[in-house]
Amino acid sequence: MVRSRKDIAIGMSIVIPCFLVLAVFVYGFIGWTLTVSFTAWEGVLPNWEFVGLKNFATLFSTQRFQIDLLNTVFFSIFFLGFCVLFGFTLAILLDKITTGAAVFRNIFLFPLAISFVVTGVIWRWIFNPSVGINALINSTVGVNIAWRWYTDTSSVCGFHIALIPVVIAAGWQLTGYIMAMVLAGLRAIPVEIFESAAIDGAGEFRKLFNIIIPHLKPILLSALIVLGHISLKIFDLVYTMTGRGTAFVTDFPGIYMFETTFQGHFYAEGAGISIIMLMLVAIVIIPYLYSILKKERV
Amino acid sequence: MRKMLGLVLLCGLLVLTLAFYACGSKQGEKKLEVFSWWTAGGEAEGLEAMRKIFINQNPDVEFINATVAGGAGSNAQAVLATRMQGGSPPDTFQVHAGLELIGSWVVAGAMEPLNFLFEENDWMSVYPQGVIEIISQDHKIYSVPVNIHRSNVLWYNKAIFNKFGLDPPETLDDFFTVAEVLADEGITPLALGDNGIWAATHLFENILLGALGPEKYKGLWTGKVKWDSADVKAALKTFVKVLGYVNTDHAALSWDGAAQYVIDGKCAMTVMGDWAHGYFKAKGLKPGVDYGWMPSPGTIGAFNMLSDSFGLPKNAPHRKIAIKWLTVCGSKAGQDAFNPIKGSIPARTDADRNLYDAYLLSAMNDFSSDTIVPSCAHGAAAAQSWVTKIHDVMSIFVAEKDVEKAAREFQAAASRFANK
Repeated sequence: MVRSRKDIAIGMSIVIPCFLVLAVFVYGFIGWTLTVSFTAWEGVLPNWEFVGLKNFATLFSTQRFQIDLLNTVFFSIFFLGFCVLFGFTLAILLDKITTGAAVFRNIFLFPLAISFVVTGVIWRWIFNPSVGINALINSTVGVNIAWRWYTDTSSVCGFHIALIPVVIAAGWQLTGYIMAMVLAGLRAIPVEIFESAAIDGAGEFRKLFNIIIPHLKPILLSALIVLGHISLKIFDLVYTMTGRGTAFVTDFPGIYMFETTFQGHFYAEGAGISIIMLMLVAIVIIPYLYSILKKERV
Repeated sequence: MRKMLGLVLLCGLLVLTLAFYACGSKQGEKKLEVFSWWTAGGEAEGLEAMRKIFINQNPDVEFINATVAGGAGSNAQAVLATRMQGGSPPDTFQVHAGLELIGSWVVAGAMEPLNFLFEENDWMSVYPQGVIEIISQDHKIYSVPVNIHRSNVLWYNKAIFNKFGLDPPETLDDFFTVAEVLADEGITPLALGDNGIWAATHLFENILLGALGPEKYKGLWTGKVKWDSADVKAALKTFVKVLGYVNTDHAALSWDGAAQYVIDGKCAMTVMGDWAHGYFKAKGLKPGVDYGWMPSPGTIGAFNMLSDSFGLPKNAPHRKIAIKWLTVCGSKAGQDAFNPIKGSIPARTDADRNLYDAYLLSAMNDFSSDTIVPSCAHGAAAAQSWVTKIHDVMSIFVAEKDVEKAAREFQAAASRFANK
């Protein structure tokens, strides 16, 4: 197809404003943040004295930041695991039911439409150790549960027990997303494959492991990337649900960044945390983008 | 295609509105923008009462009430920082009196000294010396305090204390005696709600004050008293002992949840600023009948204060009108209009005593006779950067209870920030 000069002009005039906005407000500010992270900016006025990697060195030797990174790793693993396990199971089950599937699908998808802030407040009440789920079980079953949920300060191999309620809350909200992705993927598998598998005498498990899972791999991968970057950047849910927690049991880099920058005025330190968070997300996203680009070229 | 064009148009509009906003304010306009985090309840009503006085005196001025809700002012402070750094300060803004203002905006050279205002209005004689010290840096006064809150108050449930024939504790030793009796009776002695950690810092600063006395306590903030000294370590140990008597779910509660425990009789006492008085009254309790108050253990004779004040940023768009507002804030009429509603006492010592209830009158008496010291948890004693670090150390300390480590880290923060 040959494009006329007018077409090109229209195309350009549409792309350029967006490009400029992106260049300034995304990449420009990333550059700005990176610059700030190398300075000694502390207090409300900028201080552009160059200190190299000092802010990063301080961060990595700060107990709070070490806990934050550990929390991020554990949270991401359990949160992704939770979503995939339940999302996948729900999708397979929903695919089997013939009546009422739409109702259940919507029920499980609904949490996705709620803001993280609302989810955080609700689950804070549910897991409140004195008036929440413990009190409910106590008044109905009569069993006294001493589990202190997100106020528990103990840990197992570095994993803070207090993160469990946060994983449940985040998982509750985003399981529906995995379910929807898997359901769409299941619909895309040609029926003939299942038919011929049935003729060959394959059972349900055989179908699951040899047909469904291999077919769903690309979809699951993109879904995991989306959830992965949510979990690495998590802020609003935790901020409203538990805050930093006693001894930072439910603290994450996002919360640290917000508090140190905007309440403590440690701008350089805050910029450093932002850059580390960006790099964490980049570790997940860049290989993914690379693989997609490679495929497109082929 | 059409959608894309729409998007481009939208972007254009956005840029245009921003441009209009940027050149919005001009000198000579009759406007006043007052920036605060007083969005709800008695605070907002108190501000409204002061606004009425101001508008009566200046009927032709458009009063812009710029409030940012949430987080005991932390959200507002983030917005304020953005505006100040962007070169568009409000005409005047609410700030905790003391180092919260001095340690950030005064040090940055962004505030105008207000000595002229204090001299013109003869305020030097009606504000206590302790307050003037807290709001000054190098003999220059930087804000007009509107109210005073007291941090070191122990609130207790009278029914519980009467039932077991107990007297409210005057000293820290008394506290442990009383707490032991209550614990034996199956009542949690002390309520704490430190979700968001500041309430733990609040309790600790008052234990520090009780253990060290007012002079040494003040020395902590000027660098004269070391945080890793034996006195502070002893106070930290006392704090750990006190934590043994608090409700186990303290990390899930905020201060008002803790106050509710005292109302419900689940806990017998709580150490909280005197905004708790407003909470108890709002819940229908009778002061002096259902609940009583005392200076927190060991702090009789000391008044740990915090204060909301208004300052004058340099380059305020409507400076002359802002000065008129500050005059209302510092006036007797303004403070007597604001404080009875907000539930705090005036920063002036010549207020009309008929307007205040029993608790506030007792606070006013103490305020005029006690040694005044600045609160750390509420921005009077230390700059925000320092307070942030103290909160961080406190977060770990309440769980690990490692006195040596906490003292070391407190001192590290102090040597970085004291006298800065």
